Amino acid sequence: MRIFAVAFLALITLAAIAPGLLTGSTPDAADALAALQGPSADHLLGTDANGRDVFTRIVYGAAPSLLAGLGATALAVVVGTALGLLAALGGRVVDEIVMRLVEIVLSLPTLLLALLVITVTGPGTVNVIFAIALYTAPSYARLVRAQTMVIRKAGFVEAAVSLGLSRGRIVTRHVLPNAFEPLVVLATIEVGTALVAAASLSYLGLGPQPPAPEWGAMLSAGRDYFSVAWWIAVFPGVAITLTVLSITVVGRRLQRRIA
Amino acid sequence: MIRRILTRLSTSILVLWGAVTVSFTALHLTPGNVVDVLIGSNIVTPEVRAQIIADYGLDEPLFVQYATYLGRVLRGDLGRSYQLHEPVASAIGAQLGPSLQLAGASLLVAIVVSTTLAILTARRRPWIRGLSSGLELIGVSIPTFWTAILLLTIFSFQLGWFPAVGADGFAALVLPVIAVALPITTMLTQMMREGLELTLEQPFVLTARTRGMSDLGVRLRHALRHVLVPTVTLIGWLVGLTVGAMVAVEQIFSRQGIGQLTLTAVGGKDLPVVMGVVLLTAVLYVVVNIVIDLLYLLIDPRLRGAT
Repeated sequence: MRIFAVAFLALITLAAIAPGLLTGSTPDAADALAALQGPSADHLLGTDANGRDVFTRIVYGAAPSLLAGLGATALAVVVGTALGLLAALGGRVVDEIVMRLVEIVLSLPTLLLALLVITVTGPGTVNVIFAIALYTAPSYARLVRAQTMVIRKAGFVEAAVSLGLSRGRIVTRHVLPNAFEPLVVLATIEVGTALVAAASLSYLGLGPQPPAPEWGAMLSAGRDYFSVAWWIAVFPGVAITLTVLSITVVGRRLQRRIA
Repeated sequence: MIRRILTRLSTSILVLWGAVTVSFTALHLTPGNVVDVLIGSNIVTPEVRAQIIADYGLDEPLFVQYATYLGRVLRGDLGRSYQLHEPVASAIGAQLGPSLQLAGASLLVAIVVSTTLAILTARRRPWIRGLSSGLELIGVSIPTFWTAILLLTIFSFQLGWFPAVGADGFAALVLPVIAVALPITTMLTQMMREGLELTLEQPFVLTARTRGMSDLGVRLRHALRHVLVPTVTLIGWLVGLTVGAMVAVEQIFSRQGIGQLTLTAVGGKDLPVVMGVVLLTAVLYVVVNIVIDLLYLLIDPRLRGAT
């Protein structure tokens, strides 16, 4: 199971970095005569309404799809870590304010919050990343705050303080590295969630705009042909599900290792 | 106990106030004139413009505007949708029925199925548990909108068992409910089975068994009650997830409802409607969590005495 997961993630990463290695054609090569054809030797996963090869589009779609999930998670980790440190080290009043904010954001339904952001900012990849980061950041803030609270009481931090090290140095060199492991585990699992959220938003037409070969957007474009050409809807979904499944398997393994 | 309820109430008020403030901030962070933002992509007469400025106190300082907005929301006035030409509250009210039906049915199905699965699979042979946890892993990984598309493709278009569109009657509810209920069911099953397995190792389970109680009896009468408290907590958290899942599912099955309303509003930059839906779900969250706090007392008598 784990080997399959790692292998699949490696394959998807390869597709994201060098899609040309996995497929000979280009994602936008339309061929009206070959429209809506089922899977065959020529078109491994069939063709869409414009006669574009579904397999090629899935391969080229790996980069934007992964990028949205990874980008949102990275942004959320950075913002969340900053907030968590601020809450843990900034004194009681700051802690109270930050943690209340975190609680409020966590209690609002995630997708709706993203929709609210997108109503304000308009659709697009960057805005989707921003919207997802906004509601995932609080979980990281919570984790980093809790970790920091524990670590700052540790002997080595006290030693660093008595040695006269600056606050910034203590935080970056002594506190953060020790909070790192659980942060990485949470982020790994959350990449999957962020990926699904990004794909859902693109499916709803709020992410990358056509003809970009993003997985959610591909499903959306195939919407009108579900009844006649199932492969347009099924295969990009398989790509999303397998990716998330692999990430979850790896993430849980990491989680068990540190537990 | 009173202290617990008071804490809950103060947190609830904070959450609601936060939701209102987030909405207000969204309104003012949107690039462009606030009046234009509220109107969205619609064209209105100068009279309506003047009315909006008066309603929101837009010629006043920001702090007064905030107070005006807060006061209006407190009175239940969510503003007007200029795209739909009606107040936000009535637009939401009209769509609430079908959405509540879908959400309620999905939660019910999820609870029944996950309870059954958890009771049947906890501490059974390895292959049963392995199969069950494998399915659960797939269940949490499948994006809801894709489940919905698959169900629609297979059961409506290929097999023709269920209608593909609309919200008339029981048959039209089956596929959307499965799509919404699937991720909730898997999460609940996972948590309940883990809880049951811990409980079944307790000494009182052995005592009950020596009294000659059947295995199923022990699970139902004794063990189940112990996992209800965390289960109920999780359900409270899942409400937000359900609302989110319904946006895509309603769109795919062309059902009327809050999800469709929100999606149309996002497309048309109809901010008052989106804000209204966010506030409504915040209220829903608060209400559900108060109900859950009361349920705790019903489930576990030990909590009744505790303050």
